[in-house]
Amino acid sequence: MGVWPYITIAVAVLVFVLGTRLSRSVTRIAFPFATAAIVVAAWRISCHLMEYDLRFPDGTVKRIPVFPTPFETVAAMVDMFRDGTIFRYTIASLYRVAVGFTIACVVGIPLGLWMGWSLRAHDALNPLVQALRPISPIAWIPLAILWFGIKDAAAIYIVVISSTFPIVTGAMAAVHTIPVAYVRSARNFGVSGFELYRRVLFPASLPQILISMRIALGVSWMVIVAAEMIAVESGLGYLIMDSRNANNYARVVGGMLCIGLVGWSLDWSMRRLERLDEVRWGFSKIV
Amino acid sequence: MSQPRIELRSVTKSFARRDGSLNVVAGIDLALAAGEFVCLLGPSGSGKSTILNLIAGLDAASSGEVLVDGAPVAEPSRRCVLVFQEYGIFPWATVRENIALGLRDRTTSEIESTVKRYVELVGLQGFEDVYPGELSGGMKQRVAVARALAVQPHIMLMDEPFGALDSLTRLSMRAELLRIWEREKTTILFVTHDVDEALQLADRIVILSPRPAKIVEEVAVELAHPRDVAGPEYGRIKRRLYERLGVSHAI
Repeated sequence: MGVWPYITIAVAVLVFVLGTRLSRSVTRIAFPFATAAIVVAAWRISCHLMEYDLRFPDGTVKRIPVFPTPFETVAAMVDMFRDGTIFRYTIASLYRVAVGFTIACVVGIPLGLWMGWSLRAHDALNPLVQALRPISPIAWIPLAILWFGIKDAAAIYIVVISSTFPIVTGAMAAVHTIPVAYVRSARNFGVSGFELYRRVLFPASLPQILISMRIALGVSWMVIVAAEMIAVESGLGYLIMDSRNANNYARVVGGMLCIGLVGWSLDWSMRRLERLDEVRWGFSKIV
Repeated sequence: MSQPRIELRSVTKSFARRDGSLNVVAGIDLALAAGEFVCLLGPSGSGKSTILNLIAGLDAASSGEVLVDGAPVAEPSRRCVLVFQEYGIFPWATVRENIALGLRDRTTSEIESTVKRYVELVGLQGFEDVYPGELSGGMKQRVAVARALAVQPHIMLMDEPFGALDSLTRLSMRAELLRIWEREKTTILFVTHDVDEALQLADRIVILSPRPAKIVEEVAVELAHPRDVAGPEYGRIKRRLYERLGVSHAI
């Protein structure tokens, strides 16, 4: 292993110590790298500590690694990148999340707004929503396979289930917090019926709806991996399960890293939407 | 007097509460002629806003009659527009879209020319495509006034519209409102708890009691605009208003 992990940790700690005296513009670049360096170094050291000696009957001794090192993982990722596995499976997972999440938005936003505004719609549907909401999307996998088979539709169904409820609940709660002055003004200027949804209820709720969409997308990305381990034969979840069955743990960890990076960029894109003029008024200016 | 624009006949309003009913308005008789500028003056929480909501058709009276142009008020209408303290305008829409809110049934070119006219009237040229979040409090209030005027209402009900502004902006907004009122000949019922504001604006000041609201006295202000706030007549009426509000000993 050498001493590089220990040197790396020492350098990263030094960066943190010096960083307290540096400007924010330096630390916002340097600190994430220092944190990453410590994690990678600690990872490498723990691989070393977990290795053990296996004695064969003929007297030979072999060092057995338990866990892939950072380099083995990166090599596996480069490998999967070259043969197109990562690309293909990421697209497969993203496709399922995109379709499922879109269905959830198209169904969930109007339903939530309606349940938030109409007391009778709330009376009729809220018990159903609140009873279905706590059921883990994972618990739906057997039924999804039964209904849709080992196909995309099963995984998409799981995504729809996992993202519809946060969106419905978020949109409903958003309507409940609309200042009464907006609704009164709208009624005063003759806005009613569908127009009230289009001109007031939807735009007034949009900042909060966006937050619940962000949560729903995060949940979907977590759930799709679980669904793909069981319900389909492609995607990043399948990649992890398949690599594990092949006893290739470098690929398992490489797949996990890939899931993390894609999930991060999905969340980043959702946060970019918060800057649009139509919703910026609803977000604090602190960050 | 010919038919009043607004007429309240023994109007009462009480709200149901967990601990019984809360009596907010206790029998109001009031009439406003077309083109009149009347201020409702009274302590905070005296039911002034409730009276405006009843006239706007946003709430129903518990007993008595609320008439606009001789007909009972059944629902909100664009002929009778309520202007709130700031938050009535929509933060998700531009100044142009806010002002056009009540013009949805007009043609595109009509909307464009009407918005242009009222943007100019309230002095917001160049801010048409700006969102309210980027405007100062005074400018937001002007958007609210322009949005109300754009539908050419017969009546503007103003609920402490300048309450959130700093004192200098408030003064210039009052002057602007008078200028607009003289030009558009709108009937204005203006709620305030500020004696000077009422004195600078109104033809007639209606003093309300603390809750439940009753009319204590009506005071006609027969002074030409702009009013001399240091003049003897102004001072005389002001003393009388304070007396009626029960705070004359405090000044």
